[in-house]
Amino acid sequence: MYRYDAVDRAVLADRAAEFRDQVRRRLSGELTEDQFKPLRLMNGLYLQLHAYMLRVAVPYGSLDPRQMRALADIARRFDRDYGHFTTRTNIQFNWIRLADAPEILDVLAAADLHAIQTSGNCIRNVTADPYAGAAADELEDPRVWCEAIRQWSSLHPEFSFLPRKFKIAVTASPHDRTAAKVHDIGLLLRRGRDGATGFEVIVGGGMGRTPYVGPTLKAFLPSDRLFSYLEAVLRVYNRHGRRDNIYKARIKILVAALGAEAFGREVEAEWEKIGSGGDLPGSEIARIRDSFTRPELADSPAPGDFEVRRAAEPAFARFVRNNLKAHKLPGYAIVDVSLKGFGETPGDITADQMDVVADLAERFGLDEIRSTHEQNLVLPHIRLADVHTVWKALDAARLATPNINLISDIIACPGLDYCALANARAICVAQDIARRFEAPDRAEAIGELKIKISGCINACGHHHVGHIGILGVDKKGEEFYQLTLGGSGAEDAAVGKMLGPALPIDRVTDAVEAIVDAYLLHRKDGERFLDTLRRTGDAPFREAVYADAH
Amino acid sequence: MPMLIRLSDGVFSQVQDDFVRLGDDEPVAGGDVIVSLGRLLSGDLVRAGGGRLGVWLEPEDEVEALAGRLDQVDLVALAFPKFRDGRAFTSARLLRERLGFAGEVRAVGDVLQDQAGFMVRCGFDAFSPADGSTVEAWAAAAGRHRHVYQRAADGRAPAFADRGSF
Repeated sequence: MYRYDAVDRAVLADRAAEFRDQVRRRLSGELTEDQFKPLRLMNGLYLQLHAYMLRVAVPYGSLDPRQMRALADIARRFDRDYGHFTTRTNIQFNWIRLADAPEILDVLAAADLHAIQTSGNCIRNVTADPYAGAAADELEDPRVWCEAIRQWSSLHPEFSFLPRKFKIAVTASPHDRTAAKVHDIGLLLRRGRDGATGFEVIVGGGMGRTPYVGPTLKAFLPSDRLFSYLEAVLRVYNRHGRRDNIYKARIKILVAALGAEAFGREVEAEWEKIGSGGDLPGSEIARIRDSFTRPELADSPAPGDFEVRRAAEPAFARFVRNNLKAHKLPGYAIVDVSLKGFGETPGDITADQMDVVADLAERFGLDEIRSTHEQNLVLPHIRLADVHTVWKALDAARLATPNINLISDIIACPGLDYCALANARAICVAQDIARRFEAPDRAEAIGELKIKISGCINACGHHHVGHIGILGVDKKGEEFYQLTLGGSGAEDAAVGKMLGPALPIDRVTDAVEAIVDAYLLHRKDGERFLDTLRRTGDAPFREAVYADAH
Repeated sequence: MPMLIRLSDGVFSQVQDDFVRLGDDEPVAGGDVIVSLGRLLSGDLVRAGGGRLGVWLEPEDEVEALAGRLDQVDLVALAFPKFRDGRAFTSARLLRERLGFAGEVRAVGDVLQDQAGFMVRCGFDAFSPADGSTVEAWAAAAGRHRHVYQRAADGRAPAFADRGSF
């Protein structure tokens, strides 16, 4: 974890005081709702269908146990005993009273947490690889860059009123777990021929109503030039991005309209003018790197009875197969904590469950917790010898569903149950599909299959990059769902293609099952759903879903 | 005369605004005037009666158009047609940092105290608030943050310099 210093803490305290003053002016009537709206949004406070919702930043998805307990405390004192992890790796509290918001920010600030820029047309929370610092396949820990970006983008004087929101992802692994290519900027850490690090810079990806896989603007940007380059991209966007139509205001529209080459030329020209004066001194990057606590990882700790228990206990073996990932060091594992229990709301977590995760991270996990954009949690440093104990504790708290990357590990936005923008519900659709595929052997036989559900075209549920995407639409007051196939948010990023006419809500799960059955029928050895689909095209799947409609 | 908040040597004060905005077809009669960018560039202006000259830029007007003419100009007014339109923040920084303009940079239009800090950081030094802010409220809003993380046009030391990492 990055350790805040006095400067970082002062920034949070000052921001909390500023918001307290803004809330006071709103409650006294000095500010109209219209004037207050952009101010509260810059502090993550939304007015939803039933109440205020506060979105708390989990910077690049990193939390420590103390912070997780602060979130549990907020859930108990100010909400209804639960929170919701989002596809931006943040956490939302759905039942907040406006008058409590300033106090909540104080509670957050006391734990080095905040809600700065979790909303509004500004640079949002940075997405990082949730396995950062632990993954066997990473070049270096990308969170150093994420923290530097967090600081640089916080209360940025020039870039806080952009045409639209702006999201940056950083990954340092060949396997992209951040959906970098559908971010406004994706930074893929690379090593140059001379061994120095740099970034492949992707600009102009996005979802929403006009999805794009972003083009590569720069194949290799030396890492010490990152901030001047970001400034150049943001400046060109701030000046030239559309402001006449919020649906055409994201940078992806500007990049697509100009073409990546012409846009890139504008950025290069601006970058040259900015020069290295726009860069962060190397000493500051070094300071940030040194301010990260080093988890005290032992040298090849003994695995204890890990293998014995795995052989003896099928349920444990199943958890190990699905929820453990390779750690960079022998004797350790990355443990995925599923927030996708059957019948639960994807991403929801109770205050008690938060405490369980905090305790486990403290006792067994070197104080590290991560949230993922797929709405799960991660304990990135668990000794193999402790995995069984951790599993038992997670299981007792209903957090050990062995379904990571399987068909029931569904992303869903809050949808019409909470959100003022939604056209249709998403949560109950996710729950129904998950229940249909609850039998674990069947789910494992199906293998990696990512279903992502959005309750409206804004695509918070990332349906465009779902292997199976489901989009809720409103047809004359009734909820209908469009299916897309073939999307991917990984390194092979792709936008899914629409399969056919939208379906009524009671046919969605049947349609998913028909797609799965068609896949199982057509797949060849070792193929994932996505592989089969790419080989066969979507005809067999369309046939399976719509055959009975003819 | 309308009142204006001005920042000078780190102090905010309320001052009288002597400038009058001149329409493109109004004759220059004397006194301090603000004209559109188009009128300034058309070159038909003379400084009447020793009055000062200001130019008004809409967000889409590129400040680079003023290059080479800034020595004729005492004031650049940058418009915020809506406070959500953040283009003038970029314009102000470029005016100060790239074009080296040392005259008055004034925020006009939908100018609210909650943006005071950002405006000062980008190089604005005169403010015509739309929300009736007092000079005290404006100064408090602008000075709320003890630290900033970025270099900008105000010369404030960013956190990384405070931390002594230069």
